[in-house]
Amino acid sequence: MQVSMTVNGQQRTDEVEPRTLLAHHLRDNLGLTATNIGCDSTSCGACTVIVDGLTVKSCTVLALQAEGSQVTTLEGLSTDGELHPVQAAFRSEHGLQCGFCTSGMVMAAVGVLADNPTPTDREVREGLEGNLCRCTGYHNIVRAVLKAAESGPAAGQVPGAQQEVSA
Amino acid sequence: MSILGTRVVRTEDPLFLTRGAVYTDDLTDERLTGALHATFVRSDVAHGTVTSVDASAAREAPGVVAVYTAEDLGDLQPVPPPLPFLDAGFSRPWLVPVGGRVHFVGDLVAVVLTEERYQGEDAAEQVVVDIDPLPAVVTTKAAATDEVVLFPEVGTNKVAAFGEPAPEDFFADCEVVVRREIVNQRVAAAPLETRAASAAWGEDGRVTIWCTNQGAQQAKGQIAGWLGLDPALVHLITPDVGGGFGAKIGADQEYAFVAWLAQQVGRPVRWSESRSENMTGMLQGRAQDQVVTIGGSRDGKVTAYSLEVTQDCGAYPRIGTVLPTLTMLMAAAVYDIPKVHAQATCYATNGTSIGAYRGAGRPEATAAVERAMDLFAAEIGMDPAEVRRINFIPTFTEPVQTASGATYDSGDYEAALDRVLEAAGYAELRAEQARRRERGDVRQLGIGVSAYVEITGADSGHGTSENAELEVHPDGTATVLTGTSPHGQGHATTWAMLASEQLGIPVEKITVLHGDTDRIPDGGGTMGSRSLQQGGAAVHQAAVELVEVARKRAAELLEANPDDLEVDLANAGLSVKGTPGVGVTWAQLAADEQLIVQTTFTANAPTFPFGAHVAVVMTDVESGKAVVTRLVTVDDAGTIINPLLAEGQRHGGIAQGVGQALLEEILYDEDGNPQTSTFADYPFVSATELPSFELVEMATPTPMNPLGAKGIGEAGTIGSTPAVQSAVVDSVAHLGVRHVDMPATSMRVWRAIREAQNSGAQKGSTN
Repeated sequence: MQVSMTVNGQQRTDEVEPRTLLAHHLRDNLGLTATNIGCDSTSCGACTVIVDGLTVKSCTVLALQAEGSQVTTLEGLSTDGELHPVQAAFRSEHGLQCGFCTSGMVMAAVGVLADNPTPTDREVREGLEGNLCRCTGYHNIVRAVLKAAESGPAAGQVPGAQQEVSA
Repeated sequence: MSILGTRVVRTEDPLFLTRGAVYTDDLTDERLTGALHATFVRSDVAHGTVTSVDASAAREAPGVVAVYTAEDLGDLQPVPPPLPFLDAGFSRPWLVPVGGRVHFVGDLVAVVLTEERYQGEDAAEQVVVDIDPLPAVVTTKAAATDEVVLFPEVGTNKVAAFGEPAPEDFFADCEVVVRREIVNQRVAAAPLETRAASAAWGEDGRVTIWCTNQGAQQAKGQIAGWLGLDPALVHLITPDVGGGFGAKIGADQEYAFVAWLAQQVGRPVRWSESRSENMTGMLQGRAQDQVVTIGGSRDGKVTAYSLEVTQDCGAYPRIGTVLPTLTMLMAAAVYDIPKVHAQATCYATNGTSIGAYRGAGRPEATAAVERAMDLFAAEIGMDPAEVRRINFIPTFTEPVQTASGATYDSGDYEAALDRVLEAAGYAELRAEQARRRERGDVRQLGIGVSAYVEITGADSGHGTSENAELEVHPDGTATVLTGTSPHGQGHATTWAMLASEQLGIPVEKITVLHGDTDRIPDGGGTMGSRSLQQGGAAVHQAAVELVEVARKRAAELLEANPDDLEVDLANAGLSVKGTPGVGVTWAQLAADEQLIVQTTFTANAPTFPFGAHVAVVMTDVESGKAVVTRLVTVDDAGTIINPLLAEGQRHGGIAQGVGQALLEEILYDEDGNPQTSTFADYPFVSATELPSFELVEMATPTPMNPLGAKGIGEAGTIGSTPAVQSAVVDSVAHLGVRHVDMPATSMRVWRAIREAQNSGAQKGSTN
């Protein structure tokens, strides 16, 4: 079947099997491999992307369900070579080690900050409960999200999105 | 100013944060164009005899190019156990044949090759496997009886035994003796990236294998050996790796299988497993039943300690079989105990094979002795911190030999404890605990104290050596080649810092390469917290040697005395001392002749990082639920090169320790069926279950390498696991609880409270 969506600002139309997961569509058909798949039970959040302003686990959504949607992946987060505030904070606070959870974690963090621009440590932890990391113990991830929050509303926005972002 | 010791942000991160790292399943290498997808058919029975395998329907399924069963393996020989002293009867077949036995849920029975990923799952379901179940051996207790023997040709489930029983009078002179069975449960390493491999054969008869692992050179050697290939024909590449934690040390059989399949079908093949496949197929960790016996006097001095380990090896013995020897070596830990006894017996069971997991044998030693110290303290009614203080090995700067046979390099265990107790506000915590107990609060405070020492940079098959190659290029950039194998540790940044320190070339201009056996034929990989102290030291040594080469070359160009030249940061090269700017640049030095150094650093001996942790938990005594509210840690790993990254290693280690202490456990039912084979079932520790950590600094350099660095990768786990367990026990100690096994779940804690109350009531009624 044919599916059309706007991915990182670009209109894409592709042939997919009806059962194709959005995560596999992004990775295998569109070559956007920053989005990772770490489990098969919607538990780890490594595949989190933003669809029409909502953070979504793309391993639990069919590509066809994103028909006509605006999809933002990690690759679409920075603009003109400049890191998004959440990306920049993950770097400065050492919020990533092996990097496997990072794409999903960054996208989820954008969603957390969209809903709550000035979260507490505890609120960040609760907001990221659906995203697992085995390397960092979450300590520096939480610090990174709190640091990103200092840069204001831009931390909870995605480039070119028509809709408000929400977790 | 030296760059060493500064918080340099990672050079890896801009790509990781914008395009994403490139893991094995992300590869778009042109050699993999048109690759087939491998899907394994695995046993869903833990123990049984295969009576039939029917692949006829699968062979007709859409997209199927080939299906292999045991009949189709040609001259492939079963893979022997990894250690020469183990019985070859424990060998693992590539695919279990009809008439053969499956030994765990996840054992390989067939493999399907398809054009598309999803077709593989469809076709694998069409392979009909009939298995006659046999009774499953799920525990080491059952294994030890040999009532059901997993490998009849071996004749026993006992895989190995180390050490001798303690003499009968071992505790005869002790005033107080406490004995306790404790469990160090089976856990999953659970790196977020599951296992994956790809392979493509070239027209030159060589195979290129990409796989996720912790050491390309070791993986290559294993794969070549298993397939009977000339190692020169194997080119192994390690792409970015999404975590390992010990479970990706070396190669797994599936990786070699992918290479063999690619040769059979004459097309590249790729494989990437699902999480549920990973949770049964990937090596797991710990899995020790322990008996600790501790004896001493009522004034707090421990004089004898015994640790008896029963190791679950899982179905096919892997490296986990020998990890108890590390547990035995570290049995005495930070304590000056006159008599220490340790022994281990290892059994095969119908579970997933056991390998290394963060700490690999040492966390088990620390967990045991720290529990023993707490039990001893409780028995004599002394503060657990005080008991530790009484028994510490005194501060030392010259190597010290322990009763269990280790030689520690440097240590100041009491100082570590003092620092962590002060930072935690130990006295005030005890006061708050007393107030809550006095009031009979529902939420009770528990304080856990642990002290640890561990061995890092031990010989894990590559001696205590590591290689480095350093080249400065005509454009003024530099390249480091290392035999270590980062998978989150940040070697690209830290190794560049070490080179930059000597050369003055900025870290952004230094590229660090690893994990390509054609470019780096020899290397020990990353495991056992060896990388900085051996691989980093090799980079340091290479940089020092390269400066000497450059100094001679510059002296000729400048017609100067080499001793009068020094590295000039401002001019990116060498200048005459005292006259910066009068000299030659790195670019000039490398212009006419390659400026390159290859070197090997060999450490004198392993190093022994140490520390002390305080965990604070709040336990709801009505539900049994314990929540970690604080974790304060001293982790002394000698000289720190990049504090930002060292702290990250500590954080991750601490969190995994909390995971084991409170939450995580691989469970089987009585038939050997995994009960925790997805992340929906396995309670992987999440952000909400952890506090932010309070790290206290302490750095006692080691004399074993020029950096003064010890390993930091595993220390956090080793310290936090017993601290958290102890805190949970402490939170309900006033209710009569002396011990709760890990994971200290709500149910376990609730039951321990009830049992203590019942036993107290019984005692009361008989008095």
